[in-house]
Amino acid sequence: MTDFPETLSCPVPILDHDTVQLAHGAGGRLSAQLIEKLFLPRFGNDTLNRLEDQATLTLPSGRVSFSTDTYVVDPIFFPGGNIGELAVNGTVNDIAMNGATPLFLSVGFVLEEGLPLETLHRILVSMEAAAKRAGVQIVTGDTKVVNKGTCDQLYINTSGIGVVPEGVHLSAARCEPGDQVLLSGTIADHGMAVLTSRKGLSFQSRVHSDTAALNHLVEALLEVCPRIHALRDPTRGGVATTLNELAAASRVGIQLRGDSIPVKPDVRGACEILGIDPLYVANEGKLVAVVPGSEAEAVLTAMRSRPEAREAQIIGEVVSDHPGTVTMTTGLGGRRIVDMPIGEQLPRIC
Amino acid sequence: MKYLDEFRNPDLAQTILSRIRSLTTRPWVIMEICGGQTHSIIRNGIDQILPEEIELVHGPGCPVCVTPLETIDKAIAIAGRPDVIFTSFGDMLRVPGSHKDLLMVKSEGGDVRTVYSPLEALQIARENPHKEVVFFAVGFETTAPGNAMAIHRAQQEGLTNFSELVSHVLVPPAMEALLSSPHNRVQAYLAAGHVCTIMGWEEYEPIARKYQVPIIPTGFEPVDILEGIYLAVRQLETGRHEVENQYARSVRREGNRPAQELVARVYEIAPRKWRGIGEIPASGLRIRDAYAAFDAEKKFFVDDIQVQEPETCISGVILQGLKKPPQCPAFGKECTPQTPLGATMVSSEGACAAYYRYQRLAPETV
Repeated sequence: MTDFPETLSCPVPILDHDTVQLAHGAGGRLSAQLIEKLFLPRFGNDTLNRLEDQATLTLPSGRVSFSTDTYVVDPIFFPGGNIGELAVNGTVNDIAMNGATPLFLSVGFVLEEGLPLETLHRILVSMEAAAKRAGVQIVTGDTKVVNKGTCDQLYINTSGIGVVPEGVHLSAARCEPGDQVLLSGTIADHGMAVLTSRKGLSFQSRVHSDTAALNHLVEALLEVCPRIHALRDPTRGGVATTLNELAAASRVGIQLRGDSIPVKPDVRGACEILGIDPLYVANEGKLVAVVPGSEAEAVLTAMRSRPEAREAQIIGEVVSDHPGTVTMTTGLGGRRIVDMPIGEQLPRIC
Repeated sequence: MKYLDEFRNPDLAQTILSRIRSLTTRPWVIMEICGGQTHSIIRNGIDQILPEEIELVHGPGCPVCVTPLETIDKAIAIAGRPDVIFTSFGDMLRVPGSHKDLLMVKSEGGDVRTVYSPLEALQIARENPHKEVVFFAVGFETTAPGNAMAIHRAQQEGLTNFSELVSHVLVPPAMEALLSSPHNRVQAYLAAGHVCTIMGWEEYEPIARKYQVPIIPTGFEPVDILEGIYLAVRQLETGRHEVENQYARSVRREGNRPAQELVARVYEIAPRKWRGIGEIPASGLRIRDAYAAFDAEKKFFVDDIQVQEPETCISGVILQGLKKPPQCPAFGKECTPQTPLGATMVSSEGACAAYYRYQRLAPETV
């Protein structure tokens, strides 16, 4: 969450300019000023402070997980978050879904000439807070400035490294018939928060993004059940896409209970108005866990004891029927396929 | 959520279902007109739980599906112009024209924007006085009042850079065309609740009498649809053929008079081509001469574009309820939502897309 008190406690440092100049990315005096006055006070740590061309790291023993993602969300500030904390949480979560403990991040910025430095500063403050919450260090970075009009305010790339604990072997290909499918909370919050805050939608909603780091939740779940078969964070394409990917990778069917998938009333309302199925809408702070049936209740209890997963539910099971396909029982007793989405979801005419 | 949860209540649905079962003594064919109803039926598996005597066939009420290929080509021709901002509801963007769709026009540099209301397109016109803003006015009677309002306001404000590419269709002429076909199998209609909210049901009464079919203005939630089926079966079993309103929380007999008056002021009834069916007399709306300045077909000289529909696709037969999507040899093979041969596979409201998305498994595994 973007908390105003954080922003208020960190006034924008006084710089020669109010907005990003091409020279901020040119490697000269303005670049140095940007790093010293804006980046280091927020992200500084022993590794980053050396300002070498690379971060040299010592990792605990074990298998290393490495992931990268680029963030171009429009708008850059949305209810419940902004592009900066999304960039930290997103890569933290990608690493955590392998059961790894995320340790270090790199951050690359593409800034549009003319971007207010106050805007950049607000984003850096929330990235600092997000990294602190996740327990990761930002150890290397890069900034480029592009001509006005050639990017939309700013883009952020983050890459991250984590270490997988002994005995943890998570994979989308390990789902087995008899496994239970758990979901850590309500769906579609992030996607609908972004969609309803875009220009042109004339209704106001109270929908907030769920952006959050999930690594501490994952640690807690693995403590209860080290034999979890698969974890995924259902981001773009939503829960439906994630489940289809799991079903395809493991060559199993997944059977969902239609009434078990939690959706907040405001999110449901926004989806109904726009004709969008929440199963296909992005989440940024939720995970799907596939666990052996005998351990499902214990994992569910562990989820619900944590603030990021209070509304967790068992939403279905892995079956040997219809491999590669996800189905859902309807409230009326029928059954239907939950397919992969085709392209972007488009609001219907009527 | 109020007005939704009550109408998705499984217990209530089961009660109505058991009433339908106890009422049904022989086979009946009922057509739901609207694509939104088709979507709800397939999504909720209503067709799987009905008594086997009752066959639901899916009607032509998907505005995306029945918009003729040549209208899509006209839209693409207009949207590709550098002086144009082309605005449309989202689900028209992916409908293939002869060579490409509107999303491809956008990727080639055309300014194509999704809007949620024609009045939003009007606002874009106000903000961009040096651009021509065109709205793709597609739909049944439901969307016509909003689209008429946009033109009416543009005229009042003296906005000269706004126009509409109109492909409006009307429900009653299509119902009559289906009933008068020698192949007709339809014995009762579930009429589209939102269309009736605008138009009322007076215009359905002569159809019910002439063709002796029950017509039930019906809503879109599972309980609505099951109740609509119940009312239709009750009439069929007792030999009645009347208009009987299921969607009473929204529909009145006279409809929404101010909306009807606005539509009649801006548009006039005209013959209209239906994709897969062909031209039906007096089955559409076009812009009246008094508002010709807002007619994109005239403004951009695309009214002479004519295109033949491809013959590989049986969507016309599907739209008339003569065949079900899985009976098409191309269904799920050459024809999928990624590679649609016809419009019924493109729109999420289309019968083929609904079957593909929700019921592709062989019946024995479902």
